[in-house]
Amino acid sequence: MGALQSSPGQPEYVDLAKKTGFSFSQISVLHKRFLQLSHNGETLQRDHFNSIPDLACNPIRSQIIEAFFDRRNFRQNGEGPVEEIRFEEFLVVMSHFKPPSPRFVEEQRERVRREKLRFIFNMHDTDNDGTITLDEYRHVVDELLSLSEALEKDTAKSIADAAMLEVASTSMGHMEPDEFYEGITFEHFLKVGTQITHYYNTYVCKIDCLSKLAYSKCAFKYVIIVEYFAKSNKKSATFKESEK
Amino acid sequence: MAELGPARSWRTGFFVCVWLLLFLSVSSGSRDVSGGNETSGEPARDTPEDPHHQTNSTAHKKAFPVLSFNYHDVRKPFVISLWILLALLMKLGFHVIPNISNVVPESCLLIGVGLLVGGIIKAIGEDAPVLDTKLFFHYLLPPIILDAGYFLPIRTFMENMGTILVFAVVGTLWNAFFIGGMIFAVCQIEGVQLASVDLLSCLLFGTIVSAVDPVAVLAVFEEIHINELLHILVFGESLLNDAVTVVLYHLFEEFSHAGTVTVVDGVLGVICFFVVSLGGVMVGAIYGILGAFTSRFTTHTRVIEPLFVFLYSYMAYLSAEVFHLSGIMSLIACGVVMRPYVEANVSHKSYTTIKYFLKMWSSVSETLIFIFLGVSTVAGPHAWNWTFVISTVLLCLVSRVLGVIGLTYIINKFRIVKLTKKDQFIVAYGGLRGAIAFSLGFLLTDKERKNMFLTAIITVIFFTVFVQGMTIRPLVELLAVKRKKESKPSINEEIHTQFLDHLLTGIEDICGHYGHHHWKDKLNRFNKTYVKKWLIAGERSTEPQLISFYNKMEMKQAMMLVESGSAAKLPSILSSVSMQNIQQRGSGNRRAIPSISKSREQEIRKILRSNLQKTRQRLRSYSRHDLMLDPFEDNVSEVRFRKQRVEMERRMSHYLTVPANRQETPSVRKVCFEPEHQVFTYDNSESPRGPRARPDPGPLDAVSLLSESQGPNKSREQKAKVPEEQEEQDQLKLSRCLSDPGPNQEEDIS
Repeated sequence: MGALQSSPGQPEYVDLAKKTGFSFSQISVLHKRFLQLSHNGETLQRDHFNSIPDLACNPIRSQIIEAFFDRRNFRQNGEGPVEEIRFEEFLVVMSHFKPPSPRFVEEQRERVRREKLRFIFNMHDTDNDGTITLDEYRHVVDELLSLSEALEKDTAKSIADAAMLEVASTSMGHMEPDEFYEGITFEHFLKVGTQITHYYNTYVCKIDCLSKLAYSKCAFKYVIIVEYFAKSNKKSATFKESEK
Repeated sequence: MAELGPARSWRTGFFVCVWLLLFLSVSSGSRDVSGGNETSGEPARDTPEDPHHQTNSTAHKKAFPVLSFNYHDVRKPFVISLWILLALLMKLGFHVIPNISNVVPESCLLIGVGLLVGGIIKAIGEDAPVLDTKLFFHYLLPPIILDAGYFLPIRTFMENMGTILVFAVVGTLWNAFFIGGMIFAVCQIEGVQLASVDLLSCLLFGTIVSAVDPVAVLAVFEEIHINELLHILVFGESLLNDAVTVVLYHLFEEFSHAGTVTVVDGVLGVICFFVVSLGGVMVGAIYGILGAFTSRFTTHTRVIEPLFVFLYSYMAYLSAEVFHLSGIMSLIACGVVMRPYVEANVSHKSYTTIKYFLKMWSSVSETLIFIFLGVSTVAGPHAWNWTFVISTVLLCLVSRVLGVIGLTYIINKFRIVKLTKKDQFIVAYGGLRGAIAFSLGFLLTDKERKNMFLTAIITVIFFTVFVQGMTIRPLVELLAVKRKKESKPSINEEIHTQFLDHLLTGIEDICGHYGHHHWKDKLNRFNKTYVKKWLIAGERSTEPQLISFYNKMEMKQAMMLVESGSAAKLPSILSSVSMQNIQQRGSGNRRAIPSISKSREQEIRKILRSNLQKTRQRLRSYSRHDLMLDPFEDNVSEVRFRKQRVEMERRMSHYLTVPANRQETPSVRKVCFEPEHQVFTYDNSESPRGPRARPDPGPLDAVSLLSESQGPNKSREQKAKVPEEQEEQDQLKLSRCLSDPGPNQEEDIS
């Protein structure tokens, strides 16, 4: 735990700050969290995420974790999954959740909005083909409903069908009976997503509060406790995984 | 404009009736309506009807009185009903007159009518009824608050809770002290003859006049349809400031009798505030849970379900008032806590009943409040003091503006979506005062200054309601404030909202930050695992939110379809996208027909069947206690029924689009409806897996549907904007319900 006490040098942060828009204090807090999750290693793997106890009850956990390992979210125009990520990529993914700075002009805000919607789009579009097909949408709904027991599987399918139909109706307008709607493209998603971005903009988590967490002694103890639970829950988490 | 002739004659007839009623109500002695504060004894002046009493009591007439007149016994309920009827006729009248209701908000018109009636009563020389405090707080206010609380948009409310609380608590405190202090300063000016007003009275006055009134806000804001954020900010503030008002009022009233204030009293006041507000919420929550628990057992007595909701809420309000806790907050808490569980438990009809009764009562209450406000203005003793009144009005405006600007500056540091200048202006401008201020002023016991205070309060109320209420609509349009978007419930939105919630909770967990989402998620999970099991009956306790949302949507579509099939024509579709455009080809075993849970299915069936097979129902016996699925009143004749049946068939046939790859049945089948002879039920025992569209639905003598292979081209001109898949599902459900080869022709509606 000694690494947590010394704060890494400022010059390393300058690049990151420029790239992601976080402030130095925020970056250092996130760095601490990164080191804690990776047990002071250099990279994070999927297992490290699985060991977070609170995440276990989240129905879309696997999709969230996948989003961290998806090259499309690294802003480097790459594609495909990776196996492990360094702190830089972790920070880049986290920066998607930053609220737009109040100094931004309208066009910058528009860009930020597009990026956030793109992030969600990438989460849904698992096969990287640029469209959300019916199967992928069904998978999304299945995941959302995965925590409730004894569900009729067809209800999930019909919900996804209805949703897909809605998007198709609003974006395509008129289709011949034998035309086939391939899937939701990003443009259609943007149309649907105008209301979602409103929620998104209001719901972005406040990373600023983390800086308070880092500087208090209680936080230090909290960090230890979390690690202890993380280790003890790792077994139960992996057990749950194998059950599924 | 061609109907101007008959319309005019209707209107004149209508107004003649109204004025007759008016005269009748006035002359029947409206004294009894007031609680007793302003009544003198039985007046010496007889009303025209009283002499009639004498005729019966004289002894020398031996014949049996065939027709007698005894108004005295029914006087009180008669007069009350007359007043309510008058109020509602007025409300009706405003919509008969064109264009008035666009310019002037209804509240202003009603106050105007009240002034008129008050003037007439005074001209006749009688005592007009005054808005009695007991009447107001116990009978007129609760329905409005319950209506508001029950239909409160929880999500927006919780999102902005911090802002609302700051406005309600800090804003009201600032208003009260600023107005009170400045009025005291004004009173100290030489030459105004107000030196006798001491600081505590001024502060008390400031408290009364500073509270934003929910009734007035609702009345005005409902007509201008601004966006949800502003609406909930102003409205939430008006609801939550009740606790502050109650505490401050009692505090200052106690002190103005005692004379001195100490620090201990101040601290006690602060503690009292917390007790009042949190206690009120707790009382409301307890009653809410009781109500939800009771509704779990009402499966066999559906008729009295709405009463539980109303009574538990009213009890919550009264119980809070017993302990001097905040009754409004208790009522809101009760409605909010009770609603999700009650809605899951009660039948659809009870839900509609609850909704409409609440709306009806709150509407009547609101109307009566405004009319009485007008009448009381004319009636009450007034003590007009130019300085006092003018300075009150000015100070109210100034303090409101300053308060909003100052608080927004602080609040914006903590908000992600900042409040813009436009928003601030609307929030400041929407701080209307209303009947609560008047009633609280009426409760004042200090005789000498009470009249002056009352006059000032009434002036402020009139100013805010008339001036601000009338001008807010053009101002909203001028400033181009965002309006409320009329959006249909969208399944996409629901999916994505839930997805986002989980996503953000997950990100918070990864950051290790216990924020807003984390706790919300924990609360939801607690609710799902423990609370729902106790408070929701049957299988619905485990139903996830997405499913219940989807079911509700489907139910609404089914109702809409059936209702429109029997009455008006459907609006035209804009999109011809159907299921087959989306289903992938070659995936043979995927069903086009979704399934929903059995109980929902049955409900939908009942609704659909009840509409298509009305003739049967007319033969049943009538019983007051049976909840009969009543046929729509406007379709009684057999001929019309058949015509509509044919219409319905045609529409249904146009809507059904069976995907091409799935056509294992002959493409054209016969349609025949035989409602009088074959009543089909869904027999649970028949198919264990529930309704599925079987590829070959059995004997063809049963009703089956024409499957359309010509595509939706024809239907485009005439048809609905209802999402086609919903239509199709309903059709298929319909087909299932009618095509079940049910050998048992039992009664379908039991």
